[in-house]
Amino acid sequence: MQVNEYKPKIVAFCCNWCSYAGADLAGSNRLAYPAEVKVIRVPCSCRVNPMFILRAFQRGADGVILCGCHPGDCHYTSGNYYTRRRMALLFSMLEYLGIEKERTRVEWVSAAEGAKFAATMNDFVATVKSLGENKRLEDLRCKR
Amino acid sequence: MENKKDVCNEIIRRSGVNPRKCMKCGKCSGTCPAYDEMEYHPHQFVYMVETGDIEPLLKSKSIYRCLSCFACIDRCPRGVEPAKIVEAVRLSVIREQGNNHLKADDLPAMLDEDLPQQAIVSAFRKYSK
Amino acid sequence: MQRIGVFVCWCGSNIAGTVDVQAVSDALGKEPGVVFSTNYQYMCSQAGQDMIKQAIKEHNLTGIVICSCSPRMHEATFRKTAAAAGINPYMVEIANIREQCSWIHKDMKEGTEKAIVLGRTAIAKVHLNTPLVPGESPVTKRALVIGGGIAGIQTALDIADAGFYVDIVEKKPTIGGKMAQLDKTFPTLDCAACILTPKMVDVAQHERIRIFSYSEVEHVSGFVGNFDVTIKKKARYVKEDVCTGCGLCTEKCPQKKVPNEFNLGMDNRRAIYIPFAQAVPKVATIDADYCTMLKTGKCGVCSKVCTAKAIDYTQKDEFIEEKYGAIVAATGFNPISMDKFDEFAYSQSKDVITSLEFERLMNAAGPTAGKLVRPSDGVHPHKIVFVQCVGSRCAACAEKGKEYCSKICCMYTAKHAMLTRDKYPDTDVTVFYIDVRTPGKQFDEFYRRAVEEYGVHYIKGMVGKVSPEGNKLIVQGSDLIANKQLKIEADLVVLAAAIEPDKSARPLATMLTASMDTNDFFTEAHPKLRPVESPTAGIFLSGACQGPKDIPETVSQAGAAAAKVIGLLSKDKLTGNPCVAHSDEMMCNGCSTCEKVCPYGAITYQDKEFRGPNRTTLIRRVAQVNEAVCQGCGCCTVACPSGAMDLKGFASKQIMAEVDAICK
Repeated sequence: MQVNEYKPKIVAFCCNWCSYAGADLAGSNRLAYPAEVKVIRVPCSCRVNPMFILRAFQRGADGVILCGCHPGDCHYTSGNYYTRRRMALLFSMLEYLGIEKERTRVEWVSAAEGAKFAATMNDFVATVKSLGENKRLEDLRCKR
Repeated sequence: MENKKDVCNEIIRRSGVNPRKCMKCGKCSGTCPAYDEMEYHPHQFVYMVETGDIEPLLKSKSIYRCLSCFACIDRCPRGVEPAKIVEAVRLSVIREQGNNHLKADDLPAMLDEDLPQQAIVSAFRKYSK
Repeated sequence: MQRIGVFVCWCGSNIAGTVDVQAVSDALGKEPGVVFSTNYQYMCSQAGQDMIKQAIKEHNLTGIVICSCSPRMHEATFRKTAAAAGINPYMVEIANIREQCSWIHKDMKEGTEKAIVLGRTAIAKVHLNTPLVPGESPVTKRALVIGGGIAGIQTALDIADAGFYVDIVEKKPTIGGKMAQLDKTFPTLDCAACILTPKMVDVAQHERIRIFSYSEVEHVSGFVGNFDVTIKKKARYVKEDVCTGCGLCTEKCPQKKVPNEFNLGMDNRRAIYIPFAQAVPKVATIDADYCTMLKTGKCGVCSKVCTAKAIDYTQKDEFIEEKYGAIVAATGFNPISMDKFDEFAYSQSKDVITSLEFERLMNAAGPTAGKLVRPSDGVHPHKIVFVQCVGSRCAACAEKGKEYCSKICCMYTAKHAMLTRDKYPDTDVTVFYIDVRTPGKQFDEFYRRAVEEYGVHYIKGMVGKVSPEGNKLIVQGSDLIANKQLKIEADLVVLAAAIEPDKSARPLATMLTASMDTNDFFTEAHPKLRPVESPTAGIFLSGACQGPKDIPETVSQAGAAAAKVIGLLSKDKLTGNPCVAHSDEMMCNGCSTCEKVCPYGAITYQDKEFRGPNRTTLIRRVAQVNEAVCQGCGCCTVACPSGAMDLKGFASKQIMAEVDAICK
């Protein structure tokens, strides 16, 4: 039997000031990246609670990427420094739990880097695809 | 002899100095009391090790002219520590030759009333590696 | 339960080209809570907006989802539409199906599927939206400028000229700052006093500017538009409003041995003094550390000679409380101490001086009346060596020097060298430099003139040692280009000392909750786009307290800071961003974590009474967010260990609902 092509579920958190604008720029320039990527807008990358990422994996996401302003360029001066530290901790914990570290990523994308946004997403989706489905943290009770 | 780059890297490793920190101000050479005795000067040591131009240094007598007074280390605004590089170059020459230029037992005979204490210590540090 | 309306926009063919809009609106119409779903060619057009308004009224909608272009484009438009139809503008959510869907996908099926997911995500969020009302706060139409140097003076003048009241707080007895001490200014060689003192007079005569000289800021509370400031007016033992500034007391005072800080201790003044002839306010001040009358009660000469009867030995520190809408920090800089640089023999020889001391030596109003002589013996020097980067760009140890470039030294050294050669052609001038950095209008030309026309010797290298020998100074340095070590017999050595922020800046920043960098310079809200604002709302930065600056830059930054202040003060009310943090008092455990991560100082702690069990009251320490100061980054929400802190408009529940919708 022919199985449908595996389509990963990817959640991308983008900060409103840099990365979301970068994603918009990628769109304006018609730079394609896979439709599996769905963006959630947050005011700052530091708004992303590690809980959100755990929730995504629990609900069956196959990869989570977090995009923010470049360090030093945060709209709120220091938010992305907190993000960087929090995510370093979270990702190492996730890896310990068996979530491959390639499924999680923090990337700095400025409002001018539409091309970087598209390239990052292409690369990330390809990486996650090669890893296959996330079964480690997925809570099957959440699946109907 | 091994590759020039390897020698340089070994010297950098041994000295624990990062020559890239140098901003080429020349304060080390401005402060060096043995400047006139040296063919290559402290700032040149740092630069030549950084660029990999190591052979002239290995052949030069300058490595024995450094007094190890560490004035350059004290005054370098960037914390480069040129004297440690000179020391490391000297060490690689001495180790290559397998020589130990000074034995502790020979010391008393060489002592001079007027010789300052620090000079003895420096000399011992320098020649007995 | 919300009654949600979904509006899918075609955006001509921009969206409809790769997304089946009919399928999207049909699919979203079946979502729980959605009572109305439609699609239209251009939602942002007048007809589209009318359609939304009509649907809101007809179907009693409580929440709106618009599937269209980026919220960065039309969120404000649709919020206004919603408000016009009578629902809270923050009940609108946008699903970005253009920039992040139709424009990046070629395949209709793929695009439609994604658009549905994005729409569903927005619906999931709207379900949890709550009406938000932005807070309003009044603005006190008065500005405070802290520091009366050229930065503070220019800022105050610009604000006052725009029609607002300004107070200047200056800790010294006179305004004027460092610029008043300078001789000439580069690159035009105007005399500093000639261009500064008219401005000082303008400040003194301006009807909307008050000067608190010899005063310090004691306490600051409040927030943007509503600061409460306590100013300490130090006792100067002279009645400011009575003193005529005749200066008779400063001539008659018998205590003659007080080092004159205005001339950097190179001469002496009396215990009662006016710092310099053009001081503003021109009022005498008694130095309590040296005044015999204040120390022993036996003297009173100044009181006897004062015809205006202005002397008051019983004066006490006075505290003034005032309200301000905006505060400008203009605390300026100081040259660093040369104590740690023993190799230059600064402490051993009087003839090794700093550039600011050289500035006083060259100044016609200085200790030598402008005659360039050696401080030790008063003999004219024939050989002067200038050393640049003393303490600047010094990364080796923080207690010795500064890691940054002080920016102004290259230019003022060139100026000193040029002025010396101009006035005394018999004097040989040598400058040791690491790099000559002269970016700026007419700056490099100026430096080249010093070399080419005035014959100043520039040597690429650094001085390692200065040793006094007899009445000479032996300067030992390297010439890197000639690959030589030089030993120069000099009569005078001038050190271009690094500059550092004034020591008063750190405690001030704490009072203002304004952030600082590791060097104690104030940080700006954005290094490129908001260079004169502090991240703390209502605090502005002017001059060298933000980073090393020369006079032209300081003046332009001062003007920019004034423009920002005027922009703030011209508003009657400040409307905040309603998407701010909010703490649930019942859940808050008073740990202070949020307070520490907040970049704006928007969170404070208060002891509040709560009802405890059995009719008791408990006092608990809980976080309070000042909505006027909070910018809504949400950092505190993640830091909060008890989950009490949440961000309105981007609540944790809302974001998790979005995550769930995407992962479905």
